[in-house]
Amino acid sequence: MSIRVEHLSKRFGGFRAADDVSLEVESGELVGLLGPSGSGKTTLLRMIGGLEPPDAGTVHLAGVDVTTKRAAERGVGFVFQHYALFRHLNVFENVAFGLRVQPSRVRPSKRAISERVHQLLQLVQLETLAERFPSQLSGGQRQRVALARALAVEPKILLLDEPFGALDARVRKDLRRWLRSLHQRLHVTTLFVTHDQEEALELSDRVVIMHQGRVEQVGTPEEVYHSPATPFVVQFLGDVNLFHCRIENGRTYLGAPALDPPEDRPHKGAPTVVFIRPHLLEISLGWTDARQFRAAVLMVNPAGPLVRVELESEWGAIVRVDLSQERYRELNLRPGTHVFVSLKTDQALMTA
Amino acid sequence: MRARLFRGALITVALGFLALFLVMPLVAVFVQALEMGTGVYWAAVTESEALRAVGLTLIVAAFVVPLNTAFGIAAAWAIARFTFPGRQLLITLIDLPFAVSPVISGLVFVLLFGAQGLFGDWLAEHDIRIIFALPGMVLATMFVSVPFVARELIPVMEEQGAGAEEAAVALGASGWQMFRRVTLPSISWGLVHGVVLLTARAVGEFGAVSVVSGHIRGQTTTAPLHVEILYNEYQFAGAFAVASILTLFALVSLAAKRAIEWRLAHPQ
Repeated sequence: MSIRVEHLSKRFGGFRAADDVSLEVESGELVGLLGPSGSGKTTLLRMIGGLEPPDAGTVHLAGVDVTTKRAAERGVGFVFQHYALFRHLNVFENVAFGLRVQPSRVRPSKRAISERVHQLLQLVQLETLAERFPSQLSGGQRQRVALARALAVEPKILLLDEPFGALDARVRKDLRRWLRSLHQRLHVTTLFVTHDQEEALELSDRVVIMHQGRVEQVGTPEEVYHSPATPFVVQFLGDVNLFHCRIENGRTYLGAPALDPPEDRPHKGAPTVVFIRPHLLEISLGWTDARQFRAAVLMVNPAGPLVRVELESEWGAIVRVDLSQERYRELNLRPGTHVFVSLKTDQALMTA
Repeated sequence: MRARLFRGALITVALGFLALFLVMPLVAVFVQALEMGTGVYWAAVTESEALRAVGLTLIVAAFVVPLNTAFGIAAAWAIARFTFPGRQLLITLIDLPFAVSPVISGLVFVLLFGAQGLFGDWLAEHDIRIIFALPGMVLATMFVSVPFVARELIPVMEEQGAGAEEAAVALGASGWQMFRRVTLPSISWGLVHGVVLLTARAVGEFGAVSVVSGHIRGQTTTAPLHVEILYNEYQFAGAFAVASILTLFALVSLAAKRAIEWRLAHPQ
């Protein structure tokens, strides 16, 4: 089932949680809502799910306007951030809840409910824990109970609020992979909220990046990472260096070095900002060409696949550079070492 | 060594205090009641006025407990789940009966519904008796025991949050299904505690009821009032016999609370 959201707005007192948000999600898509805390992503999800009435705007599911419909009438499965399991019910009864509260004329028989619940528990690999209570489960297990519970009523749309937020790093990765494969099997339109960029980029067909209640950019993970539409998106998706520059004679100067300017450029001579990711900068000990600037090493962190170096440029700005381990050993960098920083590419990420 | 001494001293003080102020009076009530022998005790307990006083007490409780339980749940829900203008005021006002002397609480109802009261003329015209009658005693008892259930439930409901209830609604539960299947089981502990305290107060209330009842012997005397009447008439054995019934009731309700809590903790 497709989702279409038009001009949704929501205020909580003086705080704008959603500010004229429009968005389309196609049937069967897996879409991540990504943004820092307070960016309005959870509010947007809750408005789509019918848990929060919008101040203005409409929500269409499968082309039908459901803006004034209650959550239960929307055919939406909701997985809450802290799972919101029923503590007094065991795993089986938690999953069965949505079926048991159905009106008697559509409610499945006791046997049918039992079969369906066991099917779902199999799907989420919890069939041996049906008798346990939520307090006896690990975080990852609770998460899967919450998912099975939401799926029990056969929703056409699945909404997940920070599905992996409260789990430790390893469980997160496992569950992520598992959710991806589950989505491929069930093909339920799925919208999930996260503040973890890696999670959003790895899991989603498309990513919606939100900031201060507005949609900054919608695109595939590749698009938003490599062609960010706004300065916020650049800075939010991964580390980035920010340079204040000037443009002269069709070239962009940051300090001394010149870049080939990106396509849509401000007018000649105007001050501008260039973003460059740390792995697109190179460190050398000697002067190699004109497109370099001087810097002094402040700090080196060699733990990890790349060595992260923090430097102070000749004009006093902090610059981050990621080096390969081999290159780092060649250079033998120490805090205080004077080096030259150059650009590996002419393509800066963007200007603003 | 000093830590052990300290611990020992602390336990001694706590237990000593308990023995002096709880156990000794409790024992004294039963000792005094049975001092003149079981025959006198039985006669005092089964005497018609005593029976009527106990009966009236139970009738008052039968009105007050369900009404105040319902109100307590509603008030706690409103306060814990919604923000609305006047919410802070409601939280403060719920405690008012605890802050006001029960005698004043009774007096308020006399001023409202008594013969010279605000609604006195209207009530007289329609031949409705509230003061010196059962309705007044129920009202006064309700007033003084309003806070018990709400005060127990508000922290429980605030701590649990609305998450599970929202999940129930999202799964298609109606308002009643949500309350019956999710809210009520999750507040049951606090509710049991609140209802036991509420019942104890409703049965034991003296001050407010004393003011509105008019002490009409055999008609508007509840058990606590009856104890006072007997005591003032130097019928100590009788006074302590009725007092022992009230005390027994308190002990039974505490035991019932423990039993219900045990059942809730061990559902199978």
